[in-house]
Amino acid sequence: MDDQIVINVNGKMHTVQAAPDTPLLYVLRNELGLHAPQFGCGLEQCGACMVIYGREAKQSCKMMIADVGSTPIITLEGLMEDGELHPVQQAFVEEQAAQCGFCTNGMIIATAALLVKYHNPNEQVIRESLDGNLCRCGSHLRILRAVKRASELMWGGQA
Amino acid sequence: MMAGQSKQSNQGEGQNQPAASSGRLESAFGPLTNQLDDWIRIETDGTITAFSGKVELGQGVRTALAQIVAEELDVPFERVHMIMGDTSLTPDEGYTAGSMTIMSSGEALRQAAAEAKKVMLEMASDHLDATIVELIINDGVILVQGRPERSISYTELMGGKPFNCEVSYTAPLKAPRDYRVVGTSVPRVDIPSKFTGQQSFIQDMQLPGMLHARLVRPPSSAAQLVSIDESSIKDVPGIVKIVQKGNFVGVITEREEQSVLAAQRLKVEWSEKPFLPPMAELYSHLRSLPTEDTVVRDDGDVEQVIAHSARQIRAEYHQPYHAHASIGPSCALADVQPEQATVWSSAAGPYPLRSVLAQLIGMPEDKLRVIHVEGAGSYGQNGSDDAAADAAVLSQAVGRPVRLQWTRQDEFVWEPKAPSMVMEVSAGLDDQGNVTAWDYHVWSPSHVARARFAAQLVAAQLINRQPFPAGRFSFGAERNAPTNYTFPKQRVTVHYLATTPLRSSAFRSLGGAENTFANESFVDELAIAAGADPLEFRLRYLDDPRALDVLHAAAEKAGWERRPTPKKGGTTALEGRGLAFARYENEEALVACIAEVQVDPESGLVSAKRVVVAHDCGLIINPDGLKNQIEGNIIQSLSRVLKEEVKFDEYRIQSVDWDTYPILKFSEVPEVEIVLINRPDEPALGAGEPSMVTTSAAVANAIFDATGVRLRQIPFTPERVRAALSSGQG
Repeated sequence: MDDQIVINVNGKMHTVQAAPDTPLLYVLRNELGLHAPQFGCGLEQCGACMVIYGREAKQSCKMMIADVGSTPIITLEGLMEDGELHPVQQAFVEEQAAQCGFCTNGMIIATAALLVKYHNPNEQVIRESLDGNLCRCGSHLRILRAVKRASELMWGGQA
Repeated sequence: MMAGQSKQSNQGEGQNQPAASSGRLESAFGPLTNQLDDWIRIETDGTITAFSGKVELGQGVRTALAQIVAEELDVPFERVHMIMGDTSLTPDEGYTAGSMTIMSSGEALRQAAAEAKKVMLEMASDHLDATIVELIINDGVILVQGRPERSISYTELMGGKPFNCEVSYTAPLKAPRDYRVVGTSVPRVDIPSKFTGQQSFIQDMQLPGMLHARLVRPPSSAAQLVSIDESSIKDVPGIVKIVQKGNFVGVITEREEQSVLAAQRLKVEWSEKPFLPPMAELYSHLRSLPTEDTVVRDDGDVEQVIAHSARQIRAEYHQPYHAHASIGPSCALADVQPEQATVWSSAAGPYPLRSVLAQLIGMPEDKLRVIHVEGAGSYGQNGSDDAAADAAVLSQAVGRPVRLQWTRQDEFVWEPKAPSMVMEVSAGLDDQGNVTAWDYHVWSPSHVARARFAAQLVAAQLINRQPFPAGRFSFGAERNAPTNYTFPKQRVTVHYLATTPLRSSAFRSLGGAENTFANESFVDELAIAAGADPLEFRLRYLDDPRALDVLHAAAEKAGWERRPTPKKGGTTALEGRGLAFARYENEEALVACIAEVQVDPESGLVSAKRVVVAHDCGLIINPDGLKNQIEGNIIQSLSRVLKEEVKFDEYRIQSVDWDTYPILKFSEVPEVEIVLINRPDEPALGAGEPSMVTTSAAVANAIFDATGVRLRQIPFTPERVRAALSSGQG
């Protein structure tokens, strides 16, 4: 029943045993022990489960493990290098951009993907690109400040 | 104070100030332990452990409480570690609710830390052969002033040892002017792990030998199980047990995705019946229910004075059911063995939860340990308590540790809602536009229905096939029902409803937000009738200098132009500003809120552009943490007033996910500007809720200012605004 499936997560190849229709989220959390992507809805509506898939921020709650293929996946854990925070993580810490922090995984992942595409996105682009990430505590303004701060840290605020 | 008469002790969400009496600190949830060792422990490695029965809910209290302890003990912040919300380790402090943590646990820890310092200074005085006045403290080391070679550390004095004494509440407290840690924006201690994916949430916990579970809930609380076809999931691998007790059904599997699949595929036949009123008749239904009335204030002759006034004004306001809508559905872990049990839960009250779980699973309380682990933000009673009960039932059935994860739909359908309410206000004006009398009525169920006995848990309700029991007490609808205005004749009546269509319980501020919506909308309606500027009209009826200060501060920051409302000289882009003021619970933190909105006359879409808040909660512990709470309150309350409404038909709740219960998104969030008024010589007041209450009226008043149309039913959706604009109702 379970297949051996090889996936590329945070720069390493992992062989996992799972039914082919298993959502990637459960494999990341339960097989690989990567707890940053969260189960928020299982419906691709909230963004809490986001990972970087190739170059895009994507929800992992409905993506079947059999469909992942060889595309590299980066999770929040994989953003760090040699124990150093990624600039987006650093910016979120500086701006204290969370309350409960449950949505933060998706916020940081979406921001990291955005800032690779647009080095210095304007307010409207930031807001629209984060519209698929829901926050219930109302940390939006801090998150927006953190995205701008991250753009400065990564690219010196240059387009 | 005006609300004083309505306050009942020990019944809910932290309604009274703690007070030291008979040698013990009283919290809203009963007397707190006065054993110093229950609060503070000096460790052997130079750190301090502080214990609190309150819990971190994303509001930053783990940080703020540690600040208070570090301050009073004169140690660096980093050396204080908090242990919170564990029935085996921490004091019983009831629920973390009602913006009470800083006032209650904060005060208890401050007194305990001061006591510990006093004891250690006395010991050091003996040890160093110096009088206490000669001693100074530097980073947890006690030194003789001018002779630094003579010193002894807290660790050397008390490391690993019990104090064995009581908190006397007479130990000298540090003066606020000497604070170095309190009053500063110490970064949140819980944030780094959350931003790097380390285990932070209950959803991340794993126990050895743990199984996974999902529920198969009935389509509604009125549905009955007819049959269950276990063969429908015989092809799903990893099934350990299908648990069915009455209407309670859950599946337990080896792997998580197996429980997801099993719960989706398990064929269960339910019989349903209509049990809810048509949504269109909700408010008339609420007003038709039998009531138990409490007159919170009555100055006498109110009806007669209104009847004989030059003008009579009356309005009715409607609040729908709102969902807490935690961003992460509830999750709980339980390991129930025959002789003992442990439950890990994100519920806000570990001790009260232990008591009802013990009843539910038939185990003595002292054999059951409840440990709080953070979940997603809850803002009141979300599904956490019920998920813990479900997990306990499932673990008991299988005899192994179980992790239960609710689905998004479980959370929306089965979390207790913020109650739906009706508010009616009448007033008289004399021929000069002065208020002659004010008559306020609110129809509401209890805002607090946290489980005090097992039958109040959804699991028990389903297992026993018993409907949710009517509340045994009523609390919370009176919150901010009285205003702080000095109108000459006032009456405030709370019409308590024993049961209303949907089960409801505590949501941030209880009735405070809804009552303030009605009160502050109606104050504007009176100001309009009197042809007065809304700010100037309020100032006529306020004499508390702190109230005047927040109003002036907000007006100055927002650039408030004194003029009557609505705005004259209508332009095509409809823009307006609205003001609202409240003193939370009539005697706690003060908030003035000014909202600026745009209304699109074609679509009816209301966009909030800017919100200005002036906020006075006495002594500020952590300015950035406070701003975070205020920003959150403003955005969450804007979401509630502009978008949110739990929908249902006669059979079921229809708001089951983020498409059917949308909340405010990034592109809809306005700028929020906050003016903090710090009062170092006033008590620190709670700030988790006060700025939740003013937003809806400020927005309603701004929409009126922009359009001349009055919205009295939340939410102000485009359809509703469009309909109001086309009927031209004002």
